[in-house]
Amino acid sequence: MNWLSILVQGSLLGGLYALFAVGLSLSFGIMRLVNIAHGDFIVLSAFAGLVAVRALGLDAIATLLVVIPTMAAIGYALQRGVLNLTLGSNILPPLLVTFGISVIIQNGLLQGFGADIQRLHWGAIETQSIALPGGVAVGVFPLIVFAVAVVSIFALQILFYRTTLGRAFRAASDDPETAELMGIDKRHLYALAMAIAMVFTALAGVLFAIRTTFDPASGPIRLIFAFEAVIIGGLGSLWGTLAGGILLGIAQAFGQALSPTWQILAGHIAFLIVLVLRPSGLFPRQRDE
Amino acid sequence: MTLLRTRALRAFYGDFQALFDIDVTVEEGETVAIIGANGAGKTTFLRAVVGQLETAPEMVEFDGKPIGHMTAHDIVRMGVAMVPEGRKLFPSLTVEENLRIGAYCGRPGHWTLERIYELFPVLGERARLPATSLSGGQQQMASVGRALMSNPRLLLCDELSLGLAPVVIRDIYARLATVAREGTTLVIVEQDINRALDASARFYCFQEGRVALTAPCQGFDRSNITAAYFGT
Repeated sequence: MNWLSILVQGSLLGGLYALFAVGLSLSFGIMRLVNIAHGDFIVLSAFAGLVAVRALGLDAIATLLVVIPTMAAIGYALQRGVLNLTLGSNILPPLLVTFGISVIIQNGLLQGFGADIQRLHWGAIETQSIALPGGVAVGVFPLIVFAVAVVSIFALQILFYRTTLGRAFRAASDDPETAELMGIDKRHLYALAMAIAMVFTALAGVLFAIRTTFDPASGPIRLIFAFEAVIIGGLGSLWGTLAGGILLGIAQAFGQALSPTWQILAGHIAFLIVLVLRPSGLFPRQRDE
Repeated sequence: MTLLRTRALRAFYGDFQALFDIDVTVEEGETVAIIGANGAGKTTFLRAVVGQLETAPEMVEFDGKPIGHMTAHDIVRMGVAMVPEGRKLFPSLTVEENLRIGAYCGRPGHWTLERIYELFPVLGERARLPATSLSGGQQQMASVGRALMSNPRLLLCDELSLGLAPVVIRDIYARLATVAREGTTLVIVEQDINRALDASARFYCFQEGRVALTAPCQGFDRSNITAAYFGT
């Protein structure tokens, strides 16, 4: 067992999990909305990429130019038209509605594409690797995914802490009613937040589709991974989410090294251990009120 | 010119009626106090004016236009800002970010970050700190500053003195007088009657959701307020 290799591969896998988690973290952080359909939106993005390749003949990665705007528009419309109506003091309606959306997406995809396992191909880059000292070979594509995750989180960090829109997001997250007094239109702002969440969901979905196989039922387990990354990292902390994704990835890589059947279970066990030892995650947002 | 006029304003919390046919007028450039006991409907009145409570369109008129049906985020764009009860600063924003978010609606005017720091120098010294690190009085200043950043024509202040030391209250009201002198119209809601009446030209006394008394502050025998205040 090459420990270093496991650590590196696990970390890179964690980058993908962090990307899975970003959209979920945004919608919860800004609107207190738990999007049960999040995993299915990742898979929907993957299928959208597939359609773009088949119908437009695009390169796998170039499909992002189509998939990202499409998913962002869907996110805006969905939030403005449906999800805003579910938000309130009761947390149950958004859970039920997004659960329903999850069922609709899964069955819609099944209807349209069948239960076949799909894959997006991006040519030779999928199998290229770089040899590192210590007998570790790093895949180029997982490295790219990891870099995309880091850049994404960095970009969101700038959006949140350096822009007017980011200030409005944080203000609305603190106190939506007072935010309205500042001239912030909550319905529009929330729709924008969901659109941004969907940008990263689309990104995650297409990269996921190039990295591994998927089918219409792949969503729920991605939702679980995303949840685990967010909770391990600590709610409301984007860098924490990256750390959570990496920890989850490493745990899964170790599990898989023990026995292929242990991969998923090892991730869940790591998640439970963190939950027991640090219920608010590794890097909870500090806020003294 | 009349800046704010409410006509038979009614407001409800669910089935509970909190305001009954309130008629209030505020002239441009004037400072008006609204006093009354706890639960008299003062805060409800302000919430109805800024669009946080549903009312019929013509019940609230601002600058001659009905605004009773408008949302809070549209009303602030017209030039009505509120300093909410309990300050309500955004805890995850710094002092400066709290002030900047006040300008979110993008109304042009002479209130800028620099001018707010002139009015409240202590905020400038603490600009980069979290809003939660401020003392109560400083938080109140930040809340006033945040409201001013929207360049309002009408500024509504809800219980500025709540929980503050007398010397701090005096300080804040002195700055507020500066704001009024520059032409901003003020509506001051207070439980501290003398403080409110000293700062204002006219007052309304609310009692159980109705206007019990209204008069100019100058030369009014304040002992007459007791009955309107307590309903005895």
